[in-house]
Amino acid sequence: MLLDTSVLEVRYNSSRAEAEPLGNILAADGAAAQFALPAVKDIDAFEREVVEMVKPSHGTTTLGFIFQGGVIIAVDSRATMGSYISSQTVKKVIEINKYLLGTMAGGAADCQFWQRNLGTQCRLFELNNGKRITVRAASKLLSNTMFSYRGMGLSMGTMVAGWDPTGPGLYYVDSDGQRTKGQVFSVGSGSLYAYGVLDAGYSWDMSVDDAIELGRRSIYHATFRDCASGGTVSVYHVTEDGWKKVRGDDVTECHFEYYPDPSNHPSTGTPVI
Amino acid sequence: MDFFMGIKGKDFVLVCADTSAVHSIISIKQDEDKIIPVDTHKVFCIAGEAGDRVQFSEYIIANIKLYSLRNETGLSTKSVAHYTRGELATALRKSPYHCNLLVAGFDEGMGPSLYWLDYLATLHKVNTGGTGYGSYFALSLFDKMWHPDLSEDEAVAMMEAGIAEIKKRLVVAPPHYIIKVVDKNGVREVKKV
Repeated sequence: MLLDTSVLEVRYNSSRAEAEPLGNILAADGAAAQFALPAVKDIDAFEREVVEMVKPSHGTTTLGFIFQGGVIIAVDSRATMGSYISSQTVKKVIEINKYLLGTMAGGAADCQFWQRNLGTQCRLFELNNGKRITVRAASKLLSNTMFSYRGMGLSMGTMVAGWDPTGPGLYYVDSDGQRTKGQVFSVGSGSLYAYGVLDAGYSWDMSVDDAIELGRRSIYHATFRDCASGGTVSVYHVTEDGWKKVRGDDVTECHFEYYPDPSNHPSTGTPVI
Repeated sequence: MDFFMGIKGKDFVLVCADTSAVHSIISIKQDEDKIIPVDTHKVFCIAGEAGDRVQFSEYIIANIKLYSLRNETGLSTKSVAHYTRGELATALRKSPYHCNLLVAGFDEGMGPSLYWLDYLATLHKVNTGGTGYGSYFALSLFDKMWHPDLSEDEAVAMMEAGIAEIKKRLVVAPPHYIIKVVDKNGVREVKKV
């Protein structure tokens, strides 16, 4: 059967095309020619900048640490687009499997997509080898993926935490391809605030309840100072039996719990005379 | 910024690295060993962008290991340095690895050697070498103190003098350092500062 290409011919050979100047045809042809372009010198750079601005991303606070009783992961739940808060209920802990958790900071889509991808890779490993993947191997899979896309605009800073036969594991992996093992990590725009509280309160021997409270308190203080972090504090506890979500508190309620009397709050201003 | 120094002595090479892992202005941890063993008698000190450093060194080391398995003979420090340079040069016009490194090794019959290699694939055989801001403070000092018959104790003292100068003058001086030596017995840690 022959293809009917007459549609193409009519377009270019019609009498209308011969009679009318090209400009008119373009103008009449579609919305594209009429679309007003932004009045900037470098349109590509401008577009990149704008896309970056409206990209739903996490000005985030996430933290994780290993202690005597396992691993604690704590995160906030705010997503921002520039200065606009686009969500207060984001789930920033990705449950890769029963024993593995990933946290998200950076581009929301990048984190969600690649950690889901990591989930599939880990499941395939289980099916191929008949045993669970170690935290070390899982984090290496993610960092290899990140490295193969380096310089292509991915943005994510993540912690991979979990429990495997070698014990608790905590790794930091980011979109530059960096991967480091550690005992205490905090990632995101609020991480500096979180580190302040976390480092002050951390000790290896702390009880599970104290550790959960330390995670929650660190995130709360980060959300208080960092305007890109907020919403709710979620705390996860990982043991040899897998992870368990142990907290999910609104930071505002945390605020009134920690400081029932506003006049006692450290940031309350005193009048200047 | 990563800091490395290397000193070639009479029958050994001494290398030193800071142990900080840094992300923008945050120090992530203080016990990172950046002196990576290549085989029993060679080390890489790799500085540079986070992911590149690990990926590049793992790639090179795996290939060196593969070569020695296939040919039943190891590579000399010189060969490793030139092979690494070649790989950096090939990558340079494709997707460059941003890492500067020192290659230190000891070969039977040839003695110790130290190579300085930057991300543009410039290779130098040196007696003392370094990368990072810290090296600007220490290199001049090493030029003054170095001599061909340097003993291990003298080299350690030199390195400590270099570190002391960096701690005194460099605004962003790293807090902790690790010193290792490569000689006929292989690689061993001398001390942490």
